[in-house]
Amino acid sequence: MVLVLALGDLHIPHRAPDLPAKFKSMLVPGKIQHIICTGNLCIKEVHDYLKSLCPDLHITRGEYDEDARYPETKTLTIGQFKLGLCHGHQVVPWGDLDSLAMLQRQLDVDILVTGHTHQFKAYKHEGGVVINPGSATGAYSSITYDVNPSFVLMDIDGLRVVVYVYELIDGEVKVDKIDFKKTATTTMHA
Amino acid sequence: MAAASAAARMLSDGGADDEERWLAEGIAGVQQNAFYMHRALDSNNLKDALKYSAQMLSELRTSRLSPHKYYELYMRAFDEMRKLEMFFREETRRGSCSVVDLYELVQHAGNVLPRLYLLCTVGSVYIKSKEAPAKDVLKDLVEMCRGIQHPLRGLFLRSYLSQISRDKLPDIGSEYEGDAESINDAVEFVLQNFIEMNKLWVRMQHQGPVQEKEKRGKERNELRDLVGKNLHVLSQIEGVDLDMYKETVLPRILEQVVNCKDDLAQFYLMDCIIQVFPDEYHLQTLETLLSAFPQLQPSVDIKTVLSQLMDRLSNYAASSSEVLPEFLQVEAFAKFSNAIGKVIEAQPDMPVVGAVTLYVSLLTFTLRVHPDRLDYVDQVLGACVKKLSGKAKLEDSRATKQIVALLSAPLEKYSNIVTALELSNYPRVMDYLDTATTKVMAVVIIQSIMKNTTCISTSDKIEALFDLIKGLIKDMDDAQDDELDEEDFKEEQNSVARLIHMLHNDDPEEMLKILCTVQKHILLGGPKRLTFTVPSLVFSALKLVRRLQGQDGDVTGEDVPATPKKIFQILHQTIEALSCVPSPELALRLYLQCAEAANDCDLEPVAYEFFTQAFILYEEEIADSKAQITAIHLIIGTLQRMSIFGVENRDTLTHKTTGYSAKLLKKPDQCRAVYACSHLFWTDDQDGIMDGERVLLCLKRALRIANAAQQMANATRGSSGSVTLFIEILNKYLYFFEKGTPQINNSAIQDLIELIRTAQSDNTEADPSTEAFFSSTLRYIEFQKQKGGSIGERYEQIKTSS
Repeated sequence: MVLVLALGDLHIPHRAPDLPAKFKSMLVPGKIQHIICTGNLCIKEVHDYLKSLCPDLHITRGEYDEDARYPETKTLTIGQFKLGLCHGHQVVPWGDLDSLAMLQRQLDVDILVTGHTHQFKAYKHEGGVVINPGSATGAYSSITYDVNPSFVLMDIDGLRVVVYVYELIDGEVKVDKIDFKKTATTTMHA
Repeated sequence: MAAASAAARMLSDGGADDEERWLAEGIAGVQQNAFYMHRALDSNNLKDALKYSAQMLSELRTSRLSPHKYYELYMRAFDEMRKLEMFFREETRRGSCSVVDLYELVQHAGNVLPRLYLLCTVGSVYIKSKEAPAKDVLKDLVEMCRGIQHPLRGLFLRSYLSQISRDKLPDIGSEYEGDAESINDAVEFVLQNFIEMNKLWVRMQHQGPVQEKEKRGKERNELRDLVGKNLHVLSQIEGVDLDMYKETVLPRILEQVVNCKDDLAQFYLMDCIIQVFPDEYHLQTLETLLSAFPQLQPSVDIKTVLSQLMDRLSNYAASSSEVLPEFLQVEAFAKFSNAIGKVIEAQPDMPVVGAVTLYVSLLTFTLRVHPDRLDYVDQVLGACVKKLSGKAKLEDSRATKQIVALLSAPLEKYSNIVTALELSNYPRVMDYLDTATTKVMAVVIIQSIMKNTTCISTSDKIEALFDLIKGLIKDMDDAQDDELDEEDFKEEQNSVARLIHMLHNDDPEEMLKILCTVQKHILLGGPKRLTFTVPSLVFSALKLVRRLQGQDGDVTGEDVPATPKKIFQILHQTIEALSCVPSPELALRLYLQCAEAANDCDLEPVAYEFFTQAFILYEEEIADSKAQITAIHLIIGTLQRMSIFGVENRDTLTHKTTGYSAKLLKKPDQCRAVYACSHLFWTDDQDGIMDGERVLLCLKRALRIANAAQQMANATRGSSGSVTLFIEILNKYLYFFEKGTPQINNSAIQDLIELIRTAQSDNTEADPSTEAFFSSTLRYIEFQKQKGGSIGERYEQIKTSS
């Protein structure tokens, strides 16, 4: 059982002062094995905070990130899964499934994690799964109205990944989960 | 004489070793005489017992020992005297000797010191026998002890008296209680002893040569608890209730404290009084207690004692809410306030740090006891301002620290910053801080707001807040900003950026005022600060725009309410300020955000204007290739979402965009940007644009560029280069094919597939990632065929196998 935290688009301090208190109290160091972050932190303080939660931190560059050295895309293997990471502002039209699917094919990954729209999404297509963890702070987005703060926790176990999405709605944290399995070949199905 | 020679001996070489020797000699003397004394006691020889005990006590007549060593000797003698006392008790009980006779007998001892020790010892037995009232014996003893005027010896003698009499005071409820008045006698006895001991203690200061003043001070300190013990005894006397304390005990003690005119004694004793007697008593005698302070020696550290008193009473107030009314009843605050004022006035040379420390204690007290009285809190701050006025900005770091403590206290107490903002003297105190500390304080204030997630919701409160944190907002007059650490500066500015999100009001009119206030202040920040603060303001404003969306933006002739149009004007102004930094990349992003928001508000000219500004920045200011790539994708992505533009405007913008795309430096980047532009001409929306021709044109252009890139790779590296671009373009063809774009047909796709296949087989080095990309694309095509329906049909025509 490997826990992977996926989050992004915090936009601290430009669009939000801080992570919601309820999220902060849930995110405790030492419980998570990997963090993948879609980008737009935006400042070093946020980077340091995430690093304190888990030293294995992967970040891709968002267009407002202070540190310009984050890569545009990143791929990594966790257990049986190949994961791809990209902020998403590079893929036009923004949030378009088919265009994201092309990126997924190009990166040759089972799970593509991407952001930019600030809207949680987890959908599967023939090539794999695309996950958007939304905005961890509920930051303003020109694309999505009424953004609720959200982040994703993936539990990778063998050929199965359970995606838990945590959303802060009206002051309460709501959790939902989706199961995905992959067969021995590279195809994924729910 | 003896003292002088003793002192002289102490000055001789090896003084410490000499003292050890003298002590050893003294102890030996005590032990030897004690031995003989015990032998006499065992054979009931009273006369000899007395003789040897007197000799033993004579060792205490020495002047050669320091207080520390004398104490050791004293304790030896003390232990022996206990045994002697037991003997006396047995004797008198048996009747072999009456206590009265014994009392008389011991007075025959040759030297006065042994005589008095023996007298005290017999006195103890006398009182226990109850043959005379305790008060009489005690009175007698305390008077007779005047016979020893040597400070050290007198102190220990009286200490002995105090020790043996402790449990024999005619206190209320004690077995030695006489008539109703006897409590007064008990108190009087202890007071007398205390007064005499204090006098002896003070006299020590004036003994010996001037050079040894410091040593004497140290020695006196070692003895202070002997004097203080008396106060402790007084506090333990049952009969000393509040009235007696008020009427008799405190006034008598204070009288001695003031009259002795010794700063060491005064400091210690005032502190002792505060520690030893209950807080309730202090509250009720506050006026008397405080009136003593101005009468003390100027060198006494009054502020420490005052602070101690206030801190004790603060804790008392915090211990239970039931005591709070008492504070009000005795007007504690007013009394302290006045007392402090008097002390500060009486000592104009008091260093600033001292005065401020006093005010910190008073403020802590006020916040504990009268938290709801903002006027009191403000008063304290005002008094502090008065003390600071006329002086330049503080340079003493300890004083500065105290002022920070002074200003932080209300923040901690009142979790809502708005309360602190109501203190009119608060900013005035801040004015006296040097620039660096002003900034430190500003950060403390912001942290307090963030920690309590306080929302500040009126523009006038925000004005007040910005006044307090002005050290962070703009360069102060005497700024030494070359010393500023970059990391620290960033942290400061980021905290201001975060703060902006705490300034909010649900009412749009008020919120607009807030935005204007914030804008006014941050525009004073100059190039260094704008990159941090502008984005926060912009997004705060965009949130308001979204709330107001749908509201008519063209209201004229009336008192203009908050409208999106107005806000866009403010946004335009604000982003424009970034040109002085300059920060074109950030400004471009913000312009595009505004364009999208304007689109959602149906404000075509405003949206077009924002795009224009973004394009100007792109053309004129963004030269870095990598920055251009990101910028172009942001432009394409934003423009793709615009629904508001009419044909002309749209054409101009798309034409420019495709032009920029084709002019990127590297061919692959050009290719990608150009095929991204294809999305500008096709939306899924029926009302939106669906121009298949232009889509195809873009894709074909992308192909040409990809070809050129191939050729270049061939020419420069000899290899045929990567086919990735072609696969990407193929995916785009599929995208539009699926959408039903008429101009995209299956033959074009088929050709492209063949082209890729050929190129791959030509490739000498196999590239696994491009192969995987191609395979998964082909897999996709097969998958779509399986879907059936119109999609399946369309895809049916494409062959994926060679």
